[in-house]
Amino acid sequence: MGRYTLRRLLQAIPVFLGTTLMIYYLVWGLSSDPFAGKCGQRACPQSYVDLMTKRLNLGDPVIVQWLKYLGGLFTGDFGRTFSGNEVSDLIANAAPISFRLAVVAVVIEIVIGITAGVVSALRGRSFVDSLILISTLFLISLPVFVTGLVVKQVFGVELGWIRTSVPTDPDVFQLFVPGLVLGSLSMAFVARLTRTSMMENTRADFVRTAVAKGLSRRRVVVAHILRTSLLPVVTFIGTDLGSLMGGAVVTEGVFNIRGLGGLVFQGIQRQEEAQVVGVVVLLVIIYLLVNLVVDLLYAVLDPRIRYD
Amino acid sequence: MTDTITDPQAEAEIGSAAEPAAEAGLWSDAWKQLRRRPLFLISGTVIVIVLLMALFPSLFTHVDPVTGNLDQSGADPSSDAWFGRDLYGRDVYSRTIHGAGPSLAVGLLATIGTVLVGSLAGLVMGYARGLTDAVLSRIAEIFAGLPFVLGGIVILTTFNKPGEIVPAGRLIAQVVLTIVVLTWPLAMRIMRAAALTAAQQDYVKAARALGAGPLRIMFRHMLPNCLAPVLVYGTIQLGVNIGAEATLSYLGIGLKDPVVSWGVMIAEVQSRIIQMPHALFFPATFLVVTVLAFVMMGDALRDAIDPRGR
Repeated sequence: MGRYTLRRLLQAIPVFLGTTLMIYYLVWGLSSDPFAGKCGQRACPQSYVDLMTKRLNLGDPVIVQWLKYLGGLFTGDFGRTFSGNEVSDLIANAAPISFRLAVVAVVIEIVIGITAGVVSALRGRSFVDSLILISTLFLISLPVFVTGLVVKQVFGVELGWIRTSVPTDPDVFQLFVPGLVLGSLSMAFVARLTRTSMMENTRADFVRTAVAKGLSRRRVVVAHILRTSLLPVVTFIGTDLGSLMGGAVVTEGVFNIRGLGGLVFQGIQRQEEAQVVGVVVLLVIIYLLVNLVVDLLYAVLDPRIRYD
Repeated sequence: MTDTITDPQAEAEIGSAAEPAAEAGLWSDAWKQLRRRPLFLISGTVIVIVLLMALFPSLFTHVDPVTGNLDQSGADPSSDAWFGRDLYGRDVYSRTIHGAGPSLAVGLLATIGTVLVGSLAGLVMGYARGLTDAVLSRIAEIFAGLPFVLGGIVILTTFNKPGEIVPAGRLIAQVVLTIVVLTWPLAMRIMRAAALTAAQQDYVKAARALGAGPLRIMFRHMLPNCLAPVLVYGTIQLGVNIGAEATLSYLGIGLKDPVVSWGVMIAEVQSRIIQMPHALFFPATFLVVTVLAFVMMGDALRDAIDPRGR
């Protein structure tokens, strides 16, 4: 297990370097003049240009800038924006909200998605099964911004059941509706994945053995079928948690939530390159770590997999 | 799935002739299954109608989608304009019909690109394995690690500064390429998994023993046997990509005004939904129904091709 963990960590390094270099190059390398339009209609004062060039290492080639940036990252320094804010402070304010939203979405996915999948798989060809299949197809086809706009309009404006925008520092309950919107797509995937995987395993030999040795149906379903079937579901949910943190740009926009997605969007509008790079790099790190943890969880869930 | 597959087209035709004696290849078998599925028939009908809208909008409407009458800004649906009018008094019905073209074009081009790049990479990786596989896997992970919307924002705003006016053709190309760059790893994974299995099969060993080169083995022998799962993925992805185009346009970084697409229409009305809900409702409905049709089609295809689900 230890050796496998080490190998996976080593594999993550080139991916991390590649992604950060690509983002860094896209954001810093391709803009001809980072000071264009920074100071309104006139050119920026030379003292300001000199200060910023020195602080952001703009005089160096992009690759050197990137290396210096990486060096800063290891000491927890995400850089500073043109307006002087520490990017790590901005992230520290926004990340908990995004994280909370992603967790709400994932919990909704797990509870509703897995339940629907299990019910659908156990009932076989029935009305409930068809209903769940059709509604998951429908959810998959709904782009998140359409769901968000419609939910906000119908439940927020017309029925007045929910608030159309979320307060600055929302708690878990205030994030329930946005979380539902954000998680709706993955919820459908989780339900379908659970269903397919359970239907495949129901006919497996180990299930027949479990039934033959006289276990109760509940025990067979929960301890044998479900445990094995959840393997692909866990992978999916794991990667999803990573992508939901950053993929929530649209949901955050619709419900006025001040999370990481909004930070990137704001950074682009204000041409704060450091802010954009910082948040995206953080999200990539989260994504890589989550993937690693998911791979290691495999061995815990499936006794057939041993990494040594 | 290792039956002899010569030419999908020919096999499908044999199937449609409904000869019981015909050999049951993968595709003819699938076609027989499909013809009886209501899901397939419904989604097929919707797709044909949307294609007609995209190719021949004049069959459905003669109203110009871009000229507006400001007097009638935000007018409700009436016999004059079936779906009402938008903020600039333009006919929402006509715009919805004309919006099918760009929406579908972007979705289709992006899907073709994703499937081509992804399958090519997956096929080579499954065949070559070893170092090629490892290097390409890492490269794919670089792109897979970027969340779609974030990646789209960074790429598209890098090439077009906020507020910059960009010609429509260039913008469409950029949106298509952005979607391809961010989604090809998925197609690659599916093709790679199929190719890894196929490379171990006896027919590949036989072909190699007969002296076939790597290109011949990959494209003549492995590809036809690996195609099914990627095609299913492609059909579903086509729907998803239409939604992706709409999402990017909604965020203001995709297609823009003179071009009419469903995403552009929704983006324009988003801050005025309360005054004119019809201008959101109709393009959103067309968008969802179209995406649903492709997703349902892919689902029916998978059920027909993959015998495990039966």
